[in-house]
Amino acid sequence: MSPLVKLTDVSKFYGNIRALEGVSLEVHAGEITCVLGDNGAGKSTLIKIIAGLHQHDEGTFEIEGEEAKLASPREALNQGIATVYQDLAVVPLMPVWRNFFLGSEPTKGAGPFKRLDVQKMRETTRAELLRMGIDLRDVDQPIGTLSGGERQCVAIARAVYFGAKVLVLDEPTAALGVKQSGVVLKYVAAARDAGLGVVLITHNPHHAYLVGDRFVLLKRGAMAGSHGKNEIALDELTRQMAGGSELDQLSHELERAPGPDVIGGKPVVTDEDA
Amino acid sequence: MSAATAQADERLVHRSMLRRMIGRPELGAVVGAAAVFLFFSFAADSFLRASSLSTVLYASSTIGIMAVPVALLMIGGEFDLSTGVMVTTSALVSSMFSYQMTANVWVGVGVSLLTTLAIGFFNGFMLTRTKLPSFIITLGTFLMLTGLNLGFTKLISGTVSTKTIGDMEGFDSARTVFASHLTIGGVDLQVTILWWLALVAVATWILLRTRVGNWIFAVGGGADAARAVGVPVNKTKIGLYMAVAFCAWISGQHLLMSYDVVQSGEGVGNEFLYIIAAVIGGCLMTGGYGSAIGSAVGAFIFGMTSKGIVYAQWNPDWFKFFLGAMLLLATLLNAWVRKRAEATK
Repeated sequence: MSPLVKLTDVSKFYGNIRALEGVSLEVHAGEITCVLGDNGAGKSTLIKIIAGLHQHDEGTFEIEGEEAKLASPREALNQGIATVYQDLAVVPLMPVWRNFFLGSEPTKGAGPFKRLDVQKMRETTRAELLRMGIDLRDVDQPIGTLSGGERQCVAIARAVYFGAKVLVLDEPTAALGVKQSGVVLKYVAAARDAGLGVVLITHNPHHAYLVGDRFVLLKRGAMAGSHGKNEIALDELTRQMAGGSELDQLSHELERAPGPDVIGGKPVVTDEDA
Repeated sequence: MSAATAQADERLVHRSMLRRMIGRPELGAVVGAAAVFLFFSFAADSFLRASSLSTVLYASSTIGIMAVPVALLMIGGEFDLSTGVMVTTSALVSSMFSYQMTANVWVGVGVSLLTTLAIGFFNGFMLTRTKLPSFIITLGTFLMLTGLNLGFTKLISGTVSTKTIGDMEGFDSARTVFASHLTIGGVDLQVTILWWLALVAVATWILLRTRVGNWIFAVGGGADAARAVGVPVNKTKIGLYMAVAFCAWISGQHLLMSYDVVQSGEGVGNEFLYIIAAVIGGCLMTGGYGSAIGSAVGAFIFGMTSKGIVYAQWNPDWFKFFLGAMLLLATLLNAWVRKRAEATK
């Protein structure tokens, strides 16, 4: 079976700036592919290409074995690729049910009386969220009143409901606390178990390792590695992600650095002095 | 489920009913309108007469017809400063076209519709293309239209006003549509009141019960989020500007048909009245929140104040002060109400 999404040697240039070069990755149904990298590694550029916001300049982008160049997010959605962004997943002032169906609103009636199927929208939103374990008292509340984790979950539930085959998640846990991150990762795993291919973009190797099947490391716009889960341990992943030898150098320097004698105008009292 | 959580849920349902009531965008305006109404009922003896109320409603409708699309546009996150002069442009075009071509007045009215819609499209297209703030784009349009109105009128008519079209073919039927009086229950009502109410109804329907309405809220409340889920953000914004233009056309035709001549310098400053009505009605300056009914209530407050001062036999010079104070109060009240609404989640 051909992968849901396959990038081969994809590059992207903004003018003379190389944002991404020679990146390859595969997304299979029922698998989570993690893309790891520090700030500026090219994660957002990669996500924008898969989501249809930008087009790649070199390499091939295949969706279910067929070469594609997505012109818009709408086209990506039609191909079954749904993207959930960290900050801009939802419209805060709008009620939960309006957000859930935004862009794909069901209607009933015809001609000038074609109208939103409000009852269906409300009921479906409630049922779908309940299925993912979010028990909302009131789907009419502005989605901005939900917690960050809940908002991410609504966005994921929305993508699953609309029949996405590939779910792209941009830093879903970046702004969340430990507990909420756990909740979100649980839904990511639930989406995977539902048979979706998931691309999880993150700079947190611990979160990635918890759920990932495959890890792609980006560094300064280029691929720094690609590993299956059985090929790499968490320690090694963290080390590579943080820059490998650079990290060694840093810890070396920190160890050797002499502590300051005076902080804030007061002499530092150590155990030896006491 | 334990008894404790069931109890908690019950309490929340109860609270959310209350929240739904105070969570409506137009609530602040309705409270304000009731206060203004009561105030003038006591301050001016003649205020409660049917003929006075009809005059108040007429004044409200002339602002309200434009406040409806302006409110929609503000919910969509944009401004239009060219609305005041666009009304005049629309009136000038139909008047001068009919007169110069000695055509049926309805032909001029049609040409005016196309011209006005084109101006609206220009505003929206420039906005979405250049990504400049709508304040700048429509300020440019405002100044250009002000100049064109005066320049063309002087060039064609030789004076600052148009030639009378009162004796031309089609004028009477056009006047019936745009500027006639109706007598309902012994009360004389201007036809603009019907236009106004119809527009409010249609706009409310669009906002709350159609896909486009959902998109309007979304492009104003989070354009990037909307784009990411496939909402046609640019088309929605251009459509909103064309809706503003359409209503400017209705307003402009009313302006022309009420008299049969148009002064080319009219309309400057009215754009703020429309925005004020929308804001008093609960529209957020930052977009994503508001209602068409609210804009109607805002326009009604405007009508009551402007005419109420006359009925109370005060010096109308004070009117603008009241309007400004009302705007501040309404905005503060709205902000307070919204904060309360969001706090009780």
